[in-house]
Amino acid sequence: MTTKTMITDATTAEIWEEHDIAGNQSLGFWLYLMSDLVLFGAIFATYAVLGHNYAGGPTGRELFNLPMVFAETLLLLVSSATFGLVMIYMHQGKRDWVLGWMAVTFLLGLGFVVMEVHEFHTLISEGNGPDRSAFLSAFFTLVGTHGAHVASGLIWMAVMFVQVIGKGFTLPVQSRLMRLSMFWHFLDIVWVAVFTIVYLMSFV
Amino acid sequence: MVSKKYCRQVASEVSPINAKKAGMYHSLLQQGWVKLLPALAAFLLGGCSNLVLLNPKGPIGETERFVILLAFALMLLVVIPVIVMAFWFPWKYRADKSRADYDPKWSDSGKIELVIWLVPAVIVTCLSVLIWYTTHHLDPYKPIVSTSKPVNVEAVSLDWQWLFIYPDENIAVANQLVFPAHVPLNLRITSDTVMTSFFIPQLGSQIYAMAGMQTRLHLLANEPGSYAGQNQQYSGEGYAGMNFKAVATTAEEYAAWLAESRKAPQKLDLARYEQLAKPTTDTSVAYFSSVEPGLFDSIIHKYMTMTDMPPADGTAEDMPMKPMHDMHHMKGN
Amino acid sequence: MFGKLSLEAIPYHDPIVMLAVIGSIALGLVIMGLISYFHKWHYLWTEWLTSLDHKKIGIMYIILALVMMLRGLSDAVMLRSQQAIAMGSAGYLPPDHFNQVFSAHGTMMIIFVAMPFLTGLVNIVVPLQLGARDVAYPFLNSISFWLTASGAMLVMVSLGVGEFSKAGWSGYAPLTELQYSPGTGVDYWLWSLQIAGIGSLLTSVNFLVTILKMRAPGMTLMRMPIFVWTTLCTSVLMLFSFPVLTVALAMVTLDRYLGMHFFSNDFGGNMMMYANLFWIWGHPEVYIVVLPAFGIYSEVSATFSSKRLFGYTSMVYATAAIMVLSFSVWVHHFFTMGASPNVNIFFGITTMIIAVPTGVKIFNWLFTMYRGRVRFTTPMLWTLGFITTFAIGGMTGVLLAAPPADFVLHNSLFLVAHFHNVLIPGALFGYLAGYAYWFPKAIGFALDEKWGRRSFWSWIIGFYLAFIPLYILGFMGMPRRMAHYDNPAWQPLLIIAAAGTMLIMFGVLCQIIQLVVSIRARHSHRDLTGDLWDGRTLEWATASPPPVYNFATVPVVHDIDAFTDMKEKGTAYTRPDHFEDIHMPKNSACGLISGMLTLVFGFAMIWYIWWLAIASALGMLITIIIRANDDESHYTIPAAEVEAMENKRLHDMLAAAGTAR
Repeated sequence: MTTKTMITDATTAEIWEEHDIAGNQSLGFWLYLMSDLVLFGAIFATYAVLGHNYAGGPTGRELFNLPMVFAETLLLLVSSATFGLVMIYMHQGKRDWVLGWMAVTFLLGLGFVVMEVHEFHTLISEGNGPDRSAFLSAFFTLVGTHGAHVASGLIWMAVMFVQVIGKGFTLPVQSRLMRLSMFWHFLDIVWVAVFTIVYLMSFV
Repeated sequence: MVSKKYCRQVASEVSPINAKKAGMYHSLLQQGWVKLLPALAAFLLGGCSNLVLLNPKGPIGETERFVILLAFALMLLVVIPVIVMAFWFPWKYRADKSRADYDPKWSDSGKIELVIWLVPAVIVTCLSVLIWYTTHHLDPYKPIVSTSKPVNVEAVSLDWQWLFIYPDENIAVANQLVFPAHVPLNLRITSDTVMTSFFIPQLGSQIYAMAGMQTRLHLLANEPGSYAGQNQQYSGEGYAGMNFKAVATTAEEYAAWLAESRKAPQKLDLARYEQLAKPTTDTSVAYFSSVEPGLFDSIIHKYMTMTDMPPADGTAEDMPMKPMHDMHHMKGN
Repeated sequence: MFGKLSLEAIPYHDPIVMLAVIGSIALGLVIMGLISYFHKWHYLWTEWLTSLDHKKIGIMYIILALVMMLRGLSDAVMLRSQQAIAMGSAGYLPPDHFNQVFSAHGTMMIIFVAMPFLTGLVNIVVPLQLGARDVAYPFLNSISFWLTASGAMLVMVSLGVGEFSKAGWSGYAPLTELQYSPGTGVDYWLWSLQIAGIGSLLTSVNFLVTILKMRAPGMTLMRMPIFVWTTLCTSVLMLFSFPVLTVALAMVTLDRYLGMHFFSNDFGGNMMMYANLFWIWGHPEVYIVVLPAFGIYSEVSATFSSKRLFGYTSMVYATAAIMVLSFSVWVHHFFTMGASPNVNIFFGITTMIIAVPTGVKIFNWLFTMYRGRVRFTTPMLWTLGFITTFAIGGMTGVLLAAPPADFVLHNSLFLVAHFHNVLIPGALFGYLAGYAYWFPKAIGFALDEKWGRRSFWSWIIGFYLAFIPLYILGFMGMPRRMAHYDNPAWQPLLIIAAAGTMLIMFGVLCQIIQLVVSIRARHSHRDLTGDLWDGRTLEWATASPPPVYNFATVPVVHDIDAFTDMKEKGTAYTRPDHFEDIHMPKNSACGLISGMLTLVFGFAMIWYIWWLAIASALGMLITIIIRANDDESHYTIPAAEVEAMENKRLHDMLAAAGTAR
């Protein structure tokens, strides 16, 4: 007990005073991501339980267009890499490069969302909407929840675009970009799980 | 109230001035007690027989009562000391005029810690062993061993009544379950509506009824009698009235009842079933002298397809079963 | 234009409901009139509604909880009185109404009484106990509060517009599916729970970061007050369990709104999945509301025994053990679903194992009093009442954890008695102890002891009268949630239970009187020392009520009982040599605005008013973006001002010490 209090009270108080707001915020965001992971976990669990309840309707093997989903996957994986570049240029303070790569990331993400909306639209127009069977309810909800996350990531990215132009790389802006990057990579990881469990495994 | 009055009356009795009045009170009091005692005894005895879970009429319920009482006794080993200490410690160490020892820094003791972790742990271990054996023993899916041939009944919960189908006898009864005592009762249970729970408190063990699935329950009555049966899982508007009588009879009575039931004018074909399954709070007893073949299975199967009832030509048998059709197969291993 | 909403949604035909609606509206108008009369709108707006001060947000949380508790209790009185008279008759509440009342009672007591009450206490106390100036995210805190409040308001709206759910607080599928519950009641239940749940999730992130990152120097994890520990564990539970509730409710919503088949009877839906998801949240939720109360009992028993808490380390480990185990017990809510004996045994044993750390905690509180100097103040009475009563509730809980016992006791009034016997002493008594204990800290004057004691005795006697009969009724085979019944043997006990509920209501009345009496006597009850109870932790080191910045200089911690340690070393009230500027968060209306937009959004979704739902969702998005662009969120209190405030405090303290002498 006493060994740790060798430093005087005054110095510890000073160290404490410089508490690290950005550090707090990234910890908080980490915790939020953990709870988001639980959210996805619960949807995955439901998919695992309901995934074979076709109710006489089509199976995943009959519905999924694997090359198209593979293209979606590539878009998202590449966008993760390009956001990595955004972070590198941010640390170097190169505004135009940051904006450029962020635009590329945005377009890749947008492409992903558009392809997903197209997939959903095709399914629904063919009569295989989420009300067709429990399997399709779980499929639309799992993939759609991920898609909604990507869409909010895009809105966030648009806001950051404006902030980088308007405010430059202030500490809060850097901290926000940092968290957006965590969010984007997180969605990438979740997508890999979706791709494997929902799409690939329906062909096994 | 009673005791207060009693005290006052005793006081007036002592007073010489009101001797006469007191005498009157006294006789009133005696009359009161005389009347009260049997009433009290009746209430207590009645109370005991009303405690249906402690007054079971079958082996399942008896074992469950045993578990409850034994677990209760084991736990009192901790709970009674806690309650005693919860009164004794604060009183002994009360701040005003307490001359007990005071040790504001005393905050740990290995011995006490050991005891307070160990004693509850030992009790929980004993209870774990108890429930290991009894839960296996009381598995509602496990048939009851008996020399008699069991009676098979298929129970369907509807909004808001019960239908009992006797597949071996080709009869059905709504809102009354009749079966012989001393003979195992094998129930297959499903629901044609929301989730409900089939329960005859005095025989023991309830189990949920769920649409598109069947659950099983095995009961046995030790003695003939009429027992309350009920839905134990809230199911909407008519839930409170969703009760039935479970009548355990002698073998002869049962045979007579079967013969009588076969004479009932109504027949439970699909059309009549559809009519019966409409939501109603009317839980009057109805007898059906014949039942649509495979009705119970078709009630389960209709939730496995996307549309209405399967065709009545028996193709229901060929339909793929829902994976969790029987929960036991899903969860058990 | 207005979706499903029409004038028919207002329940004119039901005199009881209309009376409640008119009463609530009249009360609201009177309050608004009084605020206008005294010209307090500006004060209310700047000092409370838009405040990001954790103490004020905490107080608002507790006011919300107390208001909702009054409604939850009126529901309880209605339920008990209905059952007292509904033997062989319909009573005065038709099933349609009775079913709404018990559904609303459960939903409100858990989500809108227990949750805001504990969050309020945590808000007021935890930053002070940590020696921090505020929580990690003051703005997020405001959003959390307003989300909880808007969820509560939705429940209140359901009283007058449409109906509330008739499917019970746990909303078992498929009863909540559109086919079986076509009205808007289930939608009210869904959206109010969903909105408040998101608020709780954000709260958990906030307090985890606050506790992990903002402790005063010297406060290692093993020197944190137990209340902070229990808050930490509760926050972990919230963080990991609330997303599961979000998912379960979202799936019911999708089933109802888009015709999906998660929990439907047909098309491959699986209602058992709902029960699993709900209780994967629902059981940790029990510990979410109970653990902070355990923390409060630890603080109260140490303070009022004038002694260190017995077995701090084992208390911490017991709390953590409960936290971990609480995720592994959920199946005990449906042993009767037909799972195999091995599954039931596993969950039965894990449930019973929780009794071990819980039992350890009880012994620790007992041995805290041992060799102490016990002062029988109101908070201590609640604690003692808790220990004895909770021992019984815990025992019946272990009984229900045994599958063979549960097979006959499940869904009976025994179960109802059990969980009230755990949650009322285990959570509510703790909050009421915390309320009496920290009221002087938060407000600046103490509560009246006499009325506090009256309230306690009414509560505890009322509790036994109300719930012991229910235990017996469980053995008499009475199921829960009966709108009426035919068994005459049940009625005498139900009448006793109704009388008990009345006594509890009287206890609440005593609390209202206590508040009025205390406010009137506020000058004589004023606490100028900041340390009314001879406290042991840091919240007592600052003034009552604390200044907005909590501590002029950050305290340095050397011991678990940090403030007792300072008092013993004589460093408790030393004036610092110099003061520094302090940065504090500015007010923000964005929390209030987004909360109100969420309320509108929820209402629009319930009544299928799609344009309004889209408009309010866009409004929320814009509010958040505007807030996110605001980097000037702090203001500075100059050192001189801090010095002046601290000097005044010292002056007041000396004056108080002078009059005391």
